[in-house]
Amino acid sequence: MPRPINGITEADRLPRRHPSLWRDAGRRLLRNRLAMAGGIIVLAMVLIALLADVLSPYDPIKQNYNAILEAPSLRHLVGTDALGRDALSRLVHGARTSMTVGIFTQLIVLAIGLPLGALAGYGGGRTDNLLMRFTDIVYAFPELLMVILLQTIFGGSIYMLFLAIGLVAWTNVARLTRGQILSLKEREFVLAARAMGATGAVIIWRHLLPNSLGPIIVTVTFGVPRAIFLEAALSYIGIGVKPPTPSWGTMVQDGYGAIFSFPHLVAFPALAIALVMLAFTFLGDGLRDALDPRGR
Amino acid sequence: MSQYILRRLLWLIPVLLTLSFITFALMHLVPGGPWDREKQLPPAVVENLNRKYGLDRPVWLQYLSFVANTLRGDLGISYVHQDRSVTDIILNALPITATLGLLALILTVALGLSLGTAAAFHQNSWLDYICVFYATSFASIPGFVLGILMVIIFSVTLHLLPTGGWGTPEKLIMPVIALASIPAAVLARVTRASTLEVLHQDYIRTAHAKGLSQHIILYRHTLKNALIPVLTLLGPEVAYLVSGSFIIENLFSIPGMGRLFVQGVFARDYGLIMGTVLFYAFVVAVANLVIDVLYGVVDPRIRYD
Repeated sequence: MPRPINGITEADRLPRRHPSLWRDAGRRLLRNRLAMAGGIIVLAMVLIALLADVLSPYDPIKQNYNAILEAPSLRHLVGTDALGRDALSRLVHGARTSMTVGIFTQLIVLAIGLPLGALAGYGGGRTDNLLMRFTDIVYAFPELLMVILLQTIFGGSIYMLFLAIGLVAWTNVARLTRGQILSLKEREFVLAARAMGATGAVIIWRHLLPNSLGPIIVTVTFGVPRAIFLEAALSYIGIGVKPPTPSWGTMVQDGYGAIFSFPHLVAFPALAIALVMLAFTFLGDGLRDALDPRGR
Repeated sequence: MSQYILRRLLWLIPVLLTLSFITFALMHLVPGGPWDREKQLPPAVVENLNRKYGLDRPVWLQYLSFVANTLRGDLGISYVHQDRSVTDIILNALPITATLGLLALILTVALGLSLGTAAAFHQNSWLDYICVFYATSFASIPGFVLGILMVIIFSVTLHLLPTGGWGTPEKLIMPVIALASIPAAVLARVTRASTLEVLHQDYIRTAHAKGLSQHIILYRHTLKNALIPVLTLLGPEVAYLVSGSFIIENLFSIPGMGRLFVQGVFARDYGLIMGTVLFYAFVVAVANLVIDVLYGVVDPRIRYD
């Protein structure tokens, strides 16, 4: 056995297994019961959305005039609507609409917010000033109002709805990314990377963004229910998802006129919206606490 | 201080200009015009209408004249309610939305502050658990969903409250609760957290050691300091109450500005859309400014530069 040099043994030189930040956070998240409940519901909703065609007992847009406004029964568990469409099938497909809206708008939000925030934070100076003033202006727009305006212009397809929400909602991610990068870019590991000849893009992509990932994930988790709410609200007013595409907001709108006779047609989609919002918020809270234990 | 306020007010100008420009550009991209009816108007009539409202001029000129008119407080003429000016329509709907918003704000502050502080003063009591439960769950249930559930319970099932409308006090109950529920929950949560933090400060222990009464410690030493972070929240809260009223007004058939805007969008009423957008943005921006200034008044440690 070689003699220890300066009291350092062979064992000390072997890389020690550190519990990584993510593993640590994962453990904290698993212990948080409320967050886990939220996570399970979110997972279930994703599965329902993916398997909507398999899970729904009927075609969600097929009208059956022999079974109009039926009360919940074994054949139609949640009843049928004024056009004889099976409400359960529409609820299940509504989950698909909601989840798609939630996820795709956040992709757009990331596509705009990340580069903008990174550029402002890393570039600094005039770039930063210009980009952030622009962000401030967009931030000052009343959100719902702008989405309604954009939606009336883009109108129709669900992709345009993603765009309308994404174009308004990216400011939080941009501000957050900028803040993260500002606080990280003077650290030693960035200096080391620069000393090794890394370009700005590499430093941002390989070093700064991965280290800012935690707070960004949390923001996006809170962004999903926000987008789901906006879609439901727009569809409820009548300018969101176009019929006959099933959406919880549209279902509420369709059923609201007859709420006294058939409250269940409104209650179920309303509860579904509430459930998804709750689940995402609990999951987001849990993620925030798990990733940043100091914030508690 | 006054310099700070002045600078913030000046900052409003580019914000509102950009907003008006984007709104204006977007409106002219909207397919269809204000004269689209079920029965097609003869081209000559459309031409005359366009001339009357200045829609035959180049777009940039229309924008410039709009800005110039707005500065004089004239938001133009509604294309749909053809005999009324937009300023007039807005001023008619404003008291309704303002009443709704103000009542919701009072409920928000009353409920949020009392629940938050009570929970913090009695940490881990049943009161605290109720507060935490309320704050975590109701903060994420959208107002219009809560409104619908309330309609199902109180109107459909119990026949206690009317489903909507305006004019009598009982018609206000559900809309105000629906509007205030989220901001009150957020406020309760922040108040509780911030009060708890202050309660663990050294100067509170000092106050106890000096033998001050519980009452004085709580109300003079704790609350005053705990409410500072709470105040920052009120800016976004007011913004939420203002824009949140859209859906709530539609849900409860309240003839306020939110419903006006949605009707304007459907009718392609350029003048009305533009006027309401600018008005909302202005209110939100001013609310934020007022809160920021108040922040400095309450907390002398804050300097404006």
